[in-house]
Amino acid sequence: MSDVQVNSLTKTFEKGSIQAVNDVSFSVEKGELFGLIGPDGAGKTTLFRMLTTLLLPDSGSATVNGMDIVKDYREIRRRVGYMPGKFSLYQDLTIEENLHFFATVFNTTIEENYNLIKDIYVQIEPFKKRRAGKLSGGMKQKLALCCALIHKPTVLFLDEPTTGVDVVSRKEFWDMLKSLKQQGITILVSTPYMDEANLCDRIALIQNGEIMSINTPENIVKSFPNTLYAAKAKNIYLLLKRLEADEEVESCYAFGEYLHFTVKTDGNENDLLNAIAERHPLDELELKKIKPTIEDAFIRLMHENTIKVTADGE
Amino acid sequence: MANKIIECHELSKHFGDFKAVDQITFDVKEGEIFGFLGANGAGKTTAMRILCGLSYPTSGEASVAGFNVYKQQEKIKKHIGYMSQKFSLYDNLTILENIEFYGGVYGVSREEIKKRSNELVATLGLEKEAKKLVGSLPLGWKQKLAFSVAIFHRPKIVFLDEPTGGVDPITRRQFWDMIYQAAEDGITVFVTTHYMDEAEYCNRITVMVDGRVEALDSPARLKESFHTHSMDEVFYQLARKAKRSSD
Repeated sequence: MSDVQVNSLTKTFEKGSIQAVNDVSFSVEKGELFGLIGPDGAGKTTLFRMLTTLLLPDSGSATVNGMDIVKDYREIRRRVGYMPGKFSLYQDLTIEENLHFFATVFNTTIEENYNLIKDIYVQIEPFKKRRAGKLSGGMKQKLALCCALIHKPTVLFLDEPTTGVDVVSRKEFWDMLKSLKQQGITILVSTPYMDEANLCDRIALIQNGEIMSINTPENIVKSFPNTLYAAKAKNIYLLLKRLEADEEVESCYAFGEYLHFTVKTDGNENDLLNAIAERHPLDELELKKIKPTIEDAFIRLMHENTIKVTADGE
Repeated sequence: MANKIIECHELSKHFGDFKAVDQITFDVKEGEIFGFLGANGAGKTTAMRILCGLSYPTSGEASVAGFNVYKQQEKIKKHIGYMSQKFSLYDNLTILENIEFYGGVYGVSREEIKKRSNELVATLGLEKEAKKLVGSLPLGWKQKLAFSVAIFHRPKIVFLDEPTGGVDPITRRQFWDMIYQAAEDGITVFVTTHYMDEAEYCNRITVMVDGRVEALDSPARLKESFHTHSMDEVFYQLARKAKRSSD
């Protein structure tokens, strides 16, 4: 059974002039770790706020645990956990006081569900007398997660929990999510970091309020339609400019140490790369075929959408 | 050998017993794209504030664009550009007003402001939006504009503090295109980022851990010395040694 079912959900702001979420549909199965991947302004937060009953949709419908987000908002609020993108705990309460407060609001005690938060809480427990406002980013994030979990939610909504957090804390956070998933909690998490997509069971790539693709990370990468090549040279900026201007090259963009590019007509790999090497005889030129990543897929889908919009004459 | 635009020797900044920046030493060459990485709380912001002339060091020596960080803070401010993700432009001024304001603050003449702002608006393809409020622009455009404004007075060096946070992957790349262009034009770029693929776009990078510079080299050489193929792994190996964490 789906734990979250979203049907054509739409939300606009400023009298309809800003389309924040546009006709979005998807479902999340019980116990699934589902990722919403997209940049700022894609509509992730608006979507989460509707599903947690904090905003009313303009049209469309959705259920969480089989309950309607408009009619059954009271019951949904009792059941779900929500960690907003902006730190929203009481800055002048201590770690302990914040946790106690949230437990009380949900009519439970810290002891009752302690096993759920134990692994996370022990990491911040040495500082339990410290005020939340005085905590580091990583510690705030852990406390917020504890507070969102203390009433043993059935569905957990995490809005950009790792934004602005360094690589080490990000890794730790995803490890925590994995262990929560093993306890059967359905998790919806949003992130602007494409590399985190691989840690989800399924992901939705979202941009401008619309979902571009929903699938497992593996299948999203598999559905990349072209052969993808990587290139580098001593002067990589020069190579980028040359490949962008190359008639045979369909798309080319920087990707870390390398450039990634696709060609207009795929053919024999060796012939193709040889021809490119001949046209661009730069120092230390290296060319090879590679596997696409989620970020490649995202860029591709964004381009396709732009082309569609232009073709529609908008 | 290129000139050194930043020279930093055993620079330290203490807050009481806390060594936010602990004897860091490095140089940045003119025209270089220099990545400044580190975990949250490693001391990046404190170091950057000193180099921007906003905070005095406790000890050590440093100069930026030839000016001393103790005695010539005002001169430093005039010769650098600065942009951060958190604050960049005034939402309730138009694009042209923002440019005019920043140009004026940095002492660019009225005539020059007019000429350059027309050029700038044309380069960015924002002619139609020039008289619209910045608040109405999409985030990606704001960031590109903010960068252009930060180098409007043609500084010798521009400091970028996590300039690309949260923007989509295409805009992020367009932004880096602008960085490369600025570097080609001779502006030194000093940039912090959480995206490890962006670390690869830098000529050289430093990784700060607990207030100290723990690594400084080109991305390729760093990967080699840490026996890995990804900057992510280099960073992870260094940053997980950190004992402290804060914002």
